[in-house]
Amino acid sequence: MSTKTTRGKGKVSNNEEYREISPADFFYRNRDLAGFSNPTRSLYSAIRELLENSLDACELYKILPNIHIRLSLEGDTEDVKDSYTYRIRIMDNGSGIPPEHIPSSFGQILFGSKYRLRQVRGTFGLGGKMAILYGQITTNTPATIISSVGNGKSYEFLIRIDILKNKPEVLNKKVHKNKIAWHGTIVDFLLDGNYVRAMPRVLEYLRQTALVNPYAEITFIDPSGRLYKFERVTFVMPEPPKETLPHPYGCDVELIRRIISASKCTDMLTFMSTHFHRIGKKTAQRFLTYAKIKKKTNPHKLNSSEIVHIVQMMKTYGDFLPPDASCLSPLGKDLLGAGIKKELNPEFIHVEQRKPSAYSGFPFIVEVGIAYGGDIPASSGIILYRFANKIPLIYDEASDISRKVINEGINWRYYKIAPNLPIAIISHICSTKVPYMTVGKEFIADRPEIEREIKAAIKTVARYMRIFLSRKNRIEHERKRIDLFARYLPKVAKFSTELAGKKKIPDIEPLLRSIRRYGKKED
Amino acid sequence: MAKKRIKRQSSKKKRIKRQSSKKKRIKRQSMKKRKEMTLKKLRSFGGVLYNQLNKGEFPWIEMPSRSTSNILYDDRLKQYILGKKHVKRSSRNIRHIRPVTQLVWTASFAYTLNKQGKTSTLRDIFYSAQAFDVPFKNQQESDNIITDLETVLGFAREDFNIFPEERSQIFGDLTIEYTVPGYEGNSLNLTTHPDGLAIGPALTTSDFKSTKANKIIVIEKGAMFTRLIEEKAFKKFKAILIHTAGQPPRSTRRIIRRLNKELGLPVYIFCDGDPWGMAIAITIICGSANAAHLKELATPEAKWMGLYSSDIQKYKLPSTKLKVIDIKRLRDMRKDPRYIAKPWKTQITHFLQNKRKCELEAFSRYGLDYVVKKYLPEKLNRL
Ligand SMILES: Nc1ncnc2c1ncn2[C@@H]1O[C@H](COP(=O)(O)OP(=O)(O)O)[C@@H](O)[C@H]1O
Ligand SMILES: [Mg+2]
Repeated sequence: MSTKTTRGKGKVSNNEEYREISPADFFYRNRDLAGFSNPTRSLYSAIRELLENSLDACELYKILPNIHIRLSLEGDTEDVKDSYTYRIRIMDNGSGIPPEHIPSSFGQILFGSKYRLRQVRGTFGLGGKMAILYGQITTNTPATIISSVGNGKSYEFLIRIDILKNKPEVLNKKVHKNKIAWHGTIVDFLLDGNYVRAMPRVLEYLRQTALVNPYAEITFIDPSGRLYKFERVTFVMPEPPKETLPHPYGCDVELIRRIISASKCTDMLTFMSTHFHRIGKKTAQRFLTYAKIKKKTNPHKLNSSEIVHIVQMMKTYGDFLPPDASCLSPLGKDLLGAGIKKELNPEFIHVEQRKPSAYSGFPFIVEVGIAYGGDIPASSGIILYRFANKIPLIYDEASDISRKVINEGINWRYYKIAPNLPIAIISHICSTKVPYMTVGKEFIADRPEIEREIKAAIKTVARYMRIFLSRKNRIEHERKRIDLFARYLPKVAKFSTELAGKKKIPDIEPLLRSIRRYGKKED
Repeated sequence: MAKKRIKRQSSKKKRIKRQSSKKKRIKRQSMKKRKEMTLKKLRSFGGVLYNQLNKGEFPWIEMPSRSTSNILYDDRLKQYILGKKHVKRSSRNIRHIRPVTQLVWTASFAYTLNKQGKTSTLRDIFYSAQAFDVPFKNQQESDNIITDLETVLGFAREDFNIFPEERSQIFGDLTIEYTVPGYEGNSLNLTTHPDGLAIGPALTTSDFKSTKANKIIVIEKGAMFTRLIEEKAFKKFKAILIHTAGQPPRSTRRIIRRLNKELGLPVYIFCDGDPWGMAIAITIICGSANAAHLKELATPEAKWMGLYSSDIQKYKLPSTKLKVIDIKRLRDMRKDPRYIAKPWKTQITHFLQNKRKCELEAFSRYGLDYVVKKYLPEKLNRL
């Protein structure tokens, strides 16, 4: 059979089969995108997604988080295998979920309550369900969810995810009395994984989560029954983020179309001043003049090319106020400082928070801490702890923007910071949209605006480190100096007495004292 | 001629009595006296520091600077000396406290060493310090402190019984008397052993009793030294032979000086005919910049006997071409004040023109006794 290459003319007999796949199916096929690539990484990702959901559920309502995670081995454990079956159970004291939303929240991919513009950990309506989906495909068992919003009842659901339809399948539902008005959520299911291999990352993840959430109490019981307890060190919580409207710099054609279809406004002036962040009557007027759009135009009557025009004008108009940061919930100097002290126990620490800034219409705040000594090991480079929206980023550090700034953007010699010092930098980026490079939420892409802020913050904290180090060096130097005299002067006295053939060694205490007094003056 | 130039010490103490047997007798117990002086010096050094401490002062030491700018060539003494510049080391100074301690320790260690009549080597000192918790970083540091002590006291380290490792040899009709413990009073004639005797601590510290020799011949190479013994040259020329084995160690330079000063014997230096041989000769005669702080190592009256560049031509000795590095060395020597005088200057020019060099072994070309029968008599006669 001879196959000819066609030149773009003539009929092609197309035998392909066309069909749609559901989001659940898509993520089932591409689960490694979301961090579920192998038994080790999947176990880590499951713990992390569930814990982040629990923290979100507490923080949005300013509830001091109490979270318990238990991982236990299921079934036969005798053989040496690549992966084992575990039961994971996580319980929080968060807001709980209204019963009508429980099945979808855990059984329908891309369903969630976090699509609004405010700083939260979750984003895609994906994480928790990926964990459950992974459990389902590896163990073929359903998941149990128990939740209450703190009224008289709590609800228990046994659900499976119908992958092809992307719909939850409720296998069983129970209603319990809840006299103590408990609020919170329990998620319980089986999944395959390899804890022995995942352990270092899991523990590191928990430790860093505790660092960046010092007001949370987290306990973890590992498969051997060992209890890890991360204690709360403060009762102060950051203000919950407020929801915000989209900023004109961050809008695209699709977003404008959606806003229009949901809007009740009938003229452009009210439309502009109602639906966008930082646009009032005056700004709306000036913008419309700039964009050559009549105030009276009805937004519902705009055609496609007019919408494209508006988006272009929004991008080029230079006088919008920058997005404000009320939709963000940074930790602040004190809380971040408390977290660092708690987990790293350092000798010295300094934290800086930058003023809010924005990239492509999304506000963000950079917070950076620097710490010396304590539990920080000396290493050839500077140790980096990365956080975004209060979650630790563990994997792919080498590709992260903060690492890039530390390695390439700063002249450390200027700050008298040499290799092999026990120094750690803690960088935290808060934003309504953290520019992750992947769905797996592991590292931050290079955005010039973010890079600039990180660099400025690191330079500031490095200056404080320099002051600390030079003081420390001075004290150290002084101690060595006094030690040297204390070591050698008595010897000079002894040897010269012997050599001179005398009996009584001269008293050198006054000399040593004079050294010390001089030393104090120097300090 | 040679004899005319040698200064006879007129003082009674240093004079060498002539005996009927033509043997020179030396009365003086010079080494013992010297020992006592060394001990006294060491003790008073300790006393100075002790008094400073008693006055509530941080102990300090002052000594001539040994920096290159302070090393000068003294035309009258014909050797390197230290200039007027002094340095002060105060234990008040953080950088000096350690060296001052090491210096006092070295002094007290040397004192004990001398008191007990024991000797030590440079390497030994480096290790001994560790036992007293005044460790040196390396031997270079300890060698340097010992040089400091020499500079402070004006005595060579051999005086306080610290010797280098290298040894050279001596052979000839000289009777010595040991002063080292266990051998005090024992005497020995240096012709006893046909290989020659090592110039070690015992020999360096012994007194010269008597000699029939009337000159010293210092030889660079072992082969020539052995030849002169075998050919009975020491008898024929009435010479004490000294083998330096390259650059002579300081103890050997001391012995040469003592033989010259105490016995009044003229010294002839016999080296390879190249710039490096000349350098050996000049070190014996004028001393080296490294030892500018010590006056009693040089022998200004010693004579460079050969090999001259002109000898190579005259005696038709087998020779090799000068290398680039030899020529460079010769050019440098022209700027060195020690080589200004007669045989040096003319020979340097001769070397540079003739461009040949020659080792002592080259004499063998004309038979084993050629050097004794022909070269040495002619040379000694002319000097
Ligand atoms: N522990 C919990 N407490 C309260 N609500 C929860 C909890 N876990 C999940 N949810 C709800 O389920 C939704 C989907 O969660 P998830 O699949 O992890 O996506 P995302 O966190 O990105 O929104 C969340 O938006 C939240 O409304
Ligand atoms: Mg989530």
